[in-house]
Amino acid sequence: MEVCNCIEPQWPADELLMKYQYISDFFIAIAYFSIPLELIYFVKKSAVFPYRWVLVQFGAFIVLCGATHLINLWTFTTHSRTVALVMTTAKVLTAVVSCATALMLVHIIPDLLSVKTRELFLKNKAAELDREMGLIRTQEETGRHVRMLTHEIRSTLDRHTILKTTLVELGRTLALEECALWMPTRTGLELQLSYTLRQQHPVEYTVPIQLPVINQVFGTSRAVKISPNSPVARLRPVSGKYMLGEVVAVRVPLLHLSNFQINDWPELSTKRYALMVLMLPSDSARQWHVHELELVEVVADQVAVALSHAAILEESMRARDLLMEQNVALDLARREAETAIRARNDFLAVMNHEMRTPMHAIIALSSLLQETELTPEQRLMVETILKSSNLLATLMNDVLDLSRLEDGSLQLELGTFNLHNLFREVLNLIKPIAVVKKLPITLNLAPDLPEFVVGDEKRLMQIILNIVGNAVKFSKQGSISVTALVTKSDTRAPDFFVVPTGSHFYLRVKVKDLGAGINPQDIPKLFTKFAQTQSLATRSSGGSGLGLAISKRFVNLMEGNIWIESDGLGKGCTAIFDVKLGISNESKQSCIPKIPANPRHANFSGLKVLVMDENGVSRMVTKGLLVHLGCEVTTVSSSEECLRVVCHEHKVVFMDVCMPGVENYQTALRIHEKFTKRHQRPLLVALTGNTDKSTKEKCMSFGLDGVLLKPVSLDNMRNVLSDLLEHRVLYEAM
Amino acid sequence: MDTLVAQLQRQLRDYTISLYHQGFLDDQFTELKKLQDECSPDFVAEVVSLFFEDCEKLISNMARALDQTGNVDFKLVGSSVHQLKGSSSSVGAKRVKGLCITFKECCDSQNFGGCVRCLQQVDIEYKSLKAKLQDLFNLEQQIVQAGGRIPQVDI
Repeated sequence: MEVCNCIEPQWPADELLMKYQYISDFFIAIAYFSIPLELIYFVKKSAVFPYRWVLVQFGAFIVLCGATHLINLWTFTTHSRTVALVMTTAKVLTAVVSCATALMLVHIIPDLLSVKTRELFLKNKAAELDREMGLIRTQEETGRHVRMLTHEIRSTLDRHTILKTTLVELGRTLALEECALWMPTRTGLELQLSYTLRQQHPVEYTVPIQLPVINQVFGTSRAVKISPNSPVARLRPVSGKYMLGEVVAVRVPLLHLSNFQINDWPELSTKRYALMVLMLPSDSARQWHVHELELVEVVADQVAVALSHAAILEESMRARDLLMEQNVALDLARREAETAIRARNDFLAVMNHEMRTPMHAIIALSSLLQETELTPEQRLMVETILKSSNLLATLMNDVLDLSRLEDGSLQLELGTFNLHNLFREVLNLIKPIAVVKKLPITLNLAPDLPEFVVGDEKRLMQIILNIVGNAVKFSKQGSISVTALVTKSDTRAPDFFVVPTGSHFYLRVKVKDLGAGINPQDIPKLFTKFAQTQSLATRSSGGSGLGLAISKRFVNLMEGNIWIESDGLGKGCTAIFDVKLGISNESKQSCIPKIPANPRHANFSGLKVLVMDENGVSRMVTKGLLVHLGCEVTTVSSSEECLRVVCHEHKVVFMDVCMPGVENYQTALRIHEKFTKRHQRPLLVALTGNTDKSTKEKCMSFGLDGVLLKPVSLDNMRNVLSDLLEHRVLYEAM
Repeated sequence: MDTLVAQLQRQLRDYTISLYHQGFLDDQFTELKKLQDECSPDFVAEVVSLFFEDCEKLISNMARALDQTGNVDFKLVGSSVHQLKGSSSSVGAKRVKGLCITFKECCDSQNFGGCVRCLQQVDIEYKSLKAKLQDLFNLEQQIVQAGGRIPQVDI
């Protein structure tokens, strides 16, 4: 043992202490050797350990430390130099390795620490994801519940089933204790408990609608937590001390059909809500979760829609039932009407035949009787019989015709006929009566009136005969004028210009009389059947009052119009009708020699003319001329009278200027003065015996429009008038 | 074998033609006939009778005027003649009209003798025409009464 410079005094080696040191060293060595073994074993076991060589280093370090302690065992007793050498080597190695390890650890420990933090971070993330997964799963489940509920609710259109199913399903999904639905009463002032989940027959329990808690729930579309003690939530008698579960209430809008507009979803303007109350089980300490509240709100909306669908369906079913009923009723009515018409037609047909046969017999035999030898009284009697039976026959025909017309079963018999002849024939038929009554009849046919037309000749004649006959019947004096012309379709204004379309044209016939006239108020009644506007005075004219009605029907069949104008009682009346006729394109066979062609043969019907002539005879002749041409002639015999009488209605004034002097010419000037507007002034024509130039010049200078040489022939006058009316001036007819 | 109607009709035709040929009537009378139809069946008769009345009146006026010897109002006579001329030309009384023209000239030249002569002639003339036309109308009447139609006479 070397001498050392220890501070403490040396003590001799104690036996006991030596022993303990010896043992401790031994155990240390063992531990030091076993630790690396353990390390190796566990590292081998784990797959991941990044720092193997560190482990090796650490193992070496420990092994050497153990070796050192082991070798220490031999140093307690006296030992040889070899042992000391080994000991020294071991210690040196240990020192090197431990220093290296210490240095290494400086690098390694931060890494190891960071690994730990990353591990922690990942763990947190995993926990978060777990949470989110849980949420999603809950939501998905909620959605599934809603879909299922909706499906259940919408699978039926019956109101009760809908509501019951809602409650049941909600109760099941959310595991509710109680679920109730309060519906508003008819008055809207109370809510009535209509459906509950658990109670089979809910008591008729109502609460006023104006409770604050109810207003609160109705005020929002969300589910609202309410107190379990509120009147709507207290459905069962509270018994026991258990804590009532949380209660949630939500409004269910009750929509009407009228709320569904095409363009905007109803904005809950109905203000009619039902109340759904949901109660969690008491004593469960469960709370309403957000997703459950959402579920409840969605269900409430779905219920509202389902209810409205049910309501719509009810409405449409009701409407359909109603329509079916109406249909049935209409069908019945139609069949009845058909039966009635058929019965009437049968009756008419039978009666017609049955009535006509005896009628014919009576008429025929009476006619025959007339031919035989009879005393005057007998003859009178037979004539009366004949007249009456003819009247009766006409009446029957009329009635039959009218009923057939109304049916629409009357068809026009179209054929080609001569229109001009038709008019002449009618006039020939009427003339005898007219002559007896001293009523001059004039016929004016427009020059462009087609001669051969297609239509129902018989019926057209019937119409014209009826109208003209009426005119004759109801006139005591005056003249009757019949005018026929072609008119544009559908105009009521008299129109002398022709536009026939294609193969059809509209014939207008005007029958004007100056007879009794008709009160304008009675005009609409004229065309109704069996109505006759007659005073006692005209009662004698007979007739059934059907004439005009039948004529109107015929005119309508011919796609035309018929109307009557009258200025009042005593002022005569004009009957006008239009009918549609076809134009025949057969070659014209003129049965009557036509008037030698005068292409400008105009219509003078109704042309108002004034004739001034001092000579009575020539006045009369001129008037006769003009009347023959169809004009309406007024005669005066002096200038003063002429000026007094002349008015804007007179289209032409014929003035005789044969008298020497200029007074008559002055009249012309005065007429010019009287009518300042040119179109109102009548045309002035001078009638004179002189044809020399001076007369002509004189006339022109006094403003006369024309000069005529007396005496005027008919053709001359006609030409002159048409020239005059066309050109408004005439200085050639000399 | 002629029926009565046919006979009468032929007579009428002949007579009418003779009147025209003898110058009693002219075309104007034909025109007058044209104006007679069913509406005014007596037109000619009325006009003619009016004419004769006129004649009478005018002739008496003229006679009176011409009687004022020494103080003849030729203007008055002239105007009456003018009237008569107009009337006769309107009616177709050819001869009367012709006489009126001559008469007018006499008046214009204030030929008293001429006027008187013309007046006389006019008087005779119109009376004879009146008689003849009366015959004509009688014939027509007879035809109508016999059931026939008055024929249209084309000159």
